[in-house]
Amino acid sequence: MTATTPHQVDLREPSGWRRAKNQFATGAMWFTFLCLLVPLGFVLVTVIAKGASAISWQFLTNGTIPPNILPANVGGMGAAVIGTLEITGFAAVMAIPLGILGAVYINEYGGNRPLSRLISFLSDVMTGVPSIVMGLFVFTIWVLHFGYSGLAGSFSLACLMLPIVIRSSYEMLRLVPNHLREASYALGATKARVTLTVVLPTAVGGIVSGALLAIARAAGETAPLIFTILTVEATNPDLFHGADTALSTQIFTNATQPYTGATDRAWGSALTLIAIAFILMIVARLVTARFNRYPR
Amino acid sequence: MQADPATPAGSASHLSPRRPFGDRAFQVLALASGLLVLVILVLIAITMSQQSTQWFTTAGWSGIFSIDWDPANNKFGALTFVYGTVITSVIAIVVAYPVSMGVSLLLTEVVPRRWSQPIVYVIDLLAVVPSVVWGLWGFLVLNPWLQTIYAHVASAVNGIWILGNLFGPLNGNYVSGESFFTAGLVLAIMITPIVTSLSREVMATVPSTDKEGAYALGATRWEMIRGVVWPHSQVGIVGATLLGLGRAMGETIAVALVVGASPTISSHLFVPGYTMPAVIALQFGEATVGEFRAALIGMGVLLFALTIIVNLSARGVVGRNARRMRGTA
Repeated sequence: MTATTPHQVDLREPSGWRRAKNQFATGAMWFTFLCLLVPLGFVLVTVIAKGASAISWQFLTNGTIPPNILPANVGGMGAAVIGTLEITGFAAVMAIPLGILGAVYINEYGGNRPLSRLISFLSDVMTGVPSIVMGLFVFTIWVLHFGYSGLAGSFSLACLMLPIVIRSSYEMLRLVPNHLREASYALGATKARVTLTVVLPTAVGGIVSGALLAIARAAGETAPLIFTILTVEATNPDLFHGADTALSTQIFTNATQPYTGATDRAWGSALTLIAIAFILMIVARLVTARFNRYPR
Repeated sequence: MQADPATPAGSASHLSPRRPFGDRAFQVLALASGLLVLVILVLIAITMSQQSTQWFTTAGWSGIFSIDWDPANNKFGALTFVYGTVITSVIAIVVAYPVSMGVSLLLTEVVPRRWSQPIVYVIDLLAVVPSVVWGLWGFLVLNPWLQTIYAHVASAVNGIWILGNLFGPLNGNYVSGESFFTAGLVLAIMITPIVTSLSREVMATVPSTDKEGAYALGATRWEMIRGVVWPHSQVGIVGATLLGLGRAMGETIAVALVVGASPTISSHLFVPGYTMPAVIALQFGEATVGEFRAALIGMGVLLFALTIIVNLSARGVVGRNARRMRGTA
């Protein structure tokens, strides 16, 4: 007979202690999820409850932001709504095409070359640069020479959005199957034509949703704006000249005021800002679902 | 005779060896857009250093890293702000790390794929709430509420070794809702989404054969996680946490509203403090002249360098790990 007797394999259910540990661990994971849910619910309920009472049509459209001591039913935040839309919109107009082109370079032209890897690496690094540094940067390079303006705010937001757009577009371009490119080359198309008429349209869903998420993030940014637009109290329709205002900076200045009118205006602006960000996020989700031709 | 396939019917010329102008122009345009990233990063370093030289040369190393911050008397020491930035980010990581790990394990190992979508939505929503809204909520709602909790905790641990030093009241009975700890908590909420989604991506790369092997040996889910998922994704998770740390260090507005804006170095966490981004944001309006403004921009340079270092080490860790995983695969 064999010298070693084989061990009896224990195929029974795990012992009570092991099962208890497993269940405890699963419970702990659900508890951590609860830890996320509670602050989110808490902040959303507070903002909606306090913001809804401040918001009205007049609040959203009236262009004169009243002095802090007046109650919330006088004047409105129209100036800040217009400022936010203008500044974020122009930042998007600058950053999205440049970001997509940058991603096109990394994925279509650069390939595995050192320069392409360097640009890809630097755009990752740039994603980590704090937003306040972007604000200070635009202050030193633009505001010191040309003064405060909505345009300066747009520059700082565009600096924030650029690496995000590059990263998300690059991820989407990578998913475009190579046989589509090769088929178009076989038809004699130039590289630019292949990129513009085959590659980009194939990836458009992912690129658009990435861009929308970048806009949503930029619309809520405050730190870069306080150094670039110098928050004022009246509508400034001219993006290129003169100090401007935005919802986020208005929340920042009103939050610490001791008057209830000011804090009401802050809550109302917070609800407006969250609504803008959420709408952009939901549209991004819908776009992804609609154009999801080449899922991972 | 057969037509040459390279010269299609009706085409007068042979294939041109020169690429058309539009094609080359597009390539140059794409390259220029890519290089823009490099240009911006270099310009940030140059212009901001230029604007802050006055601080660096006047104060010197000992002046920069002194604890004296007194703009009225031209004393611009940044140490209290560096301390506040480090301490609040560490609190944020200590709180956010276990939560992120739990949620990403829940998403990858516990919840079936089609049920994971609502959890992802919650994470996305958390990520999209603007910083200033967290600050507003923290300042007006969370602070007063936390103050009573802090008071209870402080009186409970007062006099206990270490715990009393960290969570005890300062000078007898002083605790404040606006404090290092509140700032750390708000930061933790804000960085959890990024740490969670990055570590979830790392955990999703664990080969399912390894997991099934562990299950086949009779492991419970928790034993499988500890034996397979954990060793496989440890390094990537360190990278994700470092990226979260970088975010926490640079976060400005929420911290500026809840940290209490008082330059303090203290082991007590329930007292008001200050951080580098917060002091830049709150005092920049008054800093219209000379060295004051130079000092604030200089602190921006320090912050830039600090976050770049943290980010580079995160990328380094993750990159090395990716190479190692490819090597063993």
